[in-house]
Amino acid sequence: MKVSFFITCLGDMFYPNAGKASVQLLEKFGCTVDFPTSQTCCGQPAFNSGYHQDAKKAAKQTITAFADSQYVVTPSGSCAAMLHEYPQLLQDEPEWSSDAELLTQKSYELTQFLVEVLGVENTGASFKAKATYHTSCHMIRLLGVTSAPQTLLDNVEGLEMIDLPNKHDCCGFGGTFAVKMPKISKEMVDEKVSCIQETEADILIGADAGCLMNIGGRLTRKNDAIKVMHIAEVLNHSE
Amino acid sequence: MPLRVGEKNFENRIHTGLEDAFMRGAVRSAQERLRTRKQESSEELGDWEAWRDLGEEIRTHTLNHLDYYLEQLSDKVAELGGHVFFAQTAEEANDYVRKVAEEKEAQKIVKSKSMVTEEIGLNDVLEDDGREVVETDLGEYILQIDDHDPPSHIVAPALHKNREQIRDVFRDKKGYENSESTEELTRFAREQLRQEFLEADLGITGCNFAVAESGSISLVTNEGNARLVTALPKTQVTVMSMERIVPTWEELDVLVSLLCRSAVGQKLTSYITGLTGPKGEEDVDGPEEFHLVIVDNGRSEILGTQFQSALHCIRCAACVNVCPVYRHVGGHAYGSIYNGPIGAVLTPLLDGYEDNKDLPYASSLCAACTEACPVKIPLHEHLIAHRQIITEKENLGPLPEKWAMKMFGSGTSSPRLYRLASKQAHRAMRPWTKGSNIPNGPGPLKAWTNIRDLPAPASQRFRDWFANRDREDKS
Repeated sequence: MKVSFFITCLGDMFYPNAGKASVQLLEKFGCTVDFPTSQTCCGQPAFNSGYHQDAKKAAKQTITAFADSQYVVTPSGSCAAMLHEYPQLLQDEPEWSSDAELLTQKSYELTQFLVEVLGVENTGASFKAKATYHTSCHMIRLLGVTSAPQTLLDNVEGLEMIDLPNKHDCCGFGGTFAVKMPKISKEMVDEKVSCIQETEADILIGADAGCLMNIGGRLTRKNDAIKVMHIAEVLNHSE
Repeated sequence: MPLRVGEKNFENRIHTGLEDAFMRGAVRSAQERLRTRKQESSEELGDWEAWRDLGEEIRTHTLNHLDYYLEQLSDKVAELGGHVFFAQTAEEANDYVRKVAEEKEAQKIVKSKSMVTEEIGLNDVLEDDGREVVETDLGEYILQIDDHDPPSHIVAPALHKNREQIRDVFRDKKGYENSESTEELTRFAREQLRQEFLEADLGITGCNFAVAESGSISLVTNEGNARLVTALPKTQVTVMSMERIVPTWEELDVLVSLLCRSAVGQKLTSYITGLTGPKGEEDVDGPEEFHLVIVDNGRSEILGTQFQSALHCIRCAACVNVCPVYRHVGGHAYGSIYNGPIGAVLTPLLDGYEDNKDLPYASSLCAACTEACPVKIPLHEHLIAHRQIITEKENLGPLPEKWAMKMFGSGTSSPRLYRLASKQAHRAMRPWTKGSNIPNGPGPLKAWTNIRDLPAPASQRFRDWFANRDREDKS
């Protein structure tokens, strides 16, 4: 199976290890992975801030970059959900809207692709640790992927998963929200951090670079030793 | 009290909210209680998603045929001997009620809870005429006697106050001498209010839903005060916003079921009142005269636009009860009687963008609101649509942001430029990098690093690793 990998802007610059682990996982389960180098960003920062003309430029670039792909897989629920917004964003441009629809149909978030397309529920990973998982809002509510990450994590050998209290509350990232409404964002991430601390986990696992940057950045600012990991790194880990 | 309430400056309102530890504690525990109860009561109903679909279908159908159903309602009410008045503006609605009060020489007016009368500022108008207006919903009563403190929640207007604060309000304003126990507080309020009901010349109610086929109005409460408002005074005025209508009792059944569960996690509230016209010959109680005021106040301009589904709202506040932003800033921070996510959507529609341009940004777009809404209003999508209008049509976005987004558009549509910029990031950020983090970033990054560390851009981007690997494979 041929898979084109969409690393996302944050993943490319800040979390290359999550990307490497994703590629290795996909290859482990028989995929041939390519990386279209003309890919940039999905356009979400502009889209969510209301600058749809600027977001369209990023969307068109993404559609072009993946025009020949059979499947597009990305290690981010939020960016995958953004690709699903393209048909509506480009609805007034008939020369783009059908290609936008095609991209939507072939795009998946990594864990969703593993479970729903490849039928993998156990990646064969082993990891001796106590961890908790942060469900990212866009993955569950916009993309509708509710159980794939948990299913895969539950099958990691040696990994003790502890339920995160108030897990459905947003961490306060929200893209530009984090810098446009910093005071509110701070209160939200602080509450999230308290919930994480309550679990006494050693590792916080997440599936979106944005949430991980926000929570992880607040944890290190508070000199907390809890380690933050992308789900792909955990699923590709072996003792 | 008009639509917009409290301090004008958004930043100041946010600051006041965040500093109010009492309010935040009260909101946090109320949210947790309400959303847990909602969860339990909706699970009990079986396929909640199918019920939401049905709710949405009913609201969409009704709004698409609103003129038909309003006419049917109006004809029925008239047939039953009631008076119907269509008010295009707040002023027209207020003037009508004012005239009814004048005609009846009403000195004391009792009211049950109504958002639309808050929206049009009816109380102020009646009080300016020298009439005494008494709110009889417990929450509204507390706020009214506390020098008209604005409501902070659509369903529980005094949610921001804890029992101790309510005790103090009763003590300072009404000479209350007992404890902060719920029983003692409510007993006191009941004693105070009972007398008001008996003395009232006019009763004013809101309307949860009007039923077009029978010309009825329905009221959903837990305190029974709305029943007294409609049973004791000889004249009743019901003020409804024009979209609060269902075709038949069958749809009412579905929506009331969704409303009670979503608002307070009950199968049904203690009192669901249905009223059909003025008191008939065989009725033991009810008003001798009945007026229905149907308020537009900007709503017909929302019909047919991308925001039409905002009028689906049944005022259950389920979106408010799950909103993490509301959780921290409280209702007053929205500066509108409609607060939380639905407030951030509705307020700019009813009051314009100029004074409300910050509201659509008071959301992390986590979509918890959209998921909670029993009639499936895509609230977070409406917030994005508002943002688009604010930035691209009204041109109210900050200039630096506008330029940044322009650069974003150019950068992301040029792979060469994008690759170049992201390649430089690691080196460019080196002066600010400590270990693997940037604790104190330059310029616009400060807004981020004031609160949390920023990870330093990796020395080798993912794309470089992939390219190297490809090269090695091929060689």
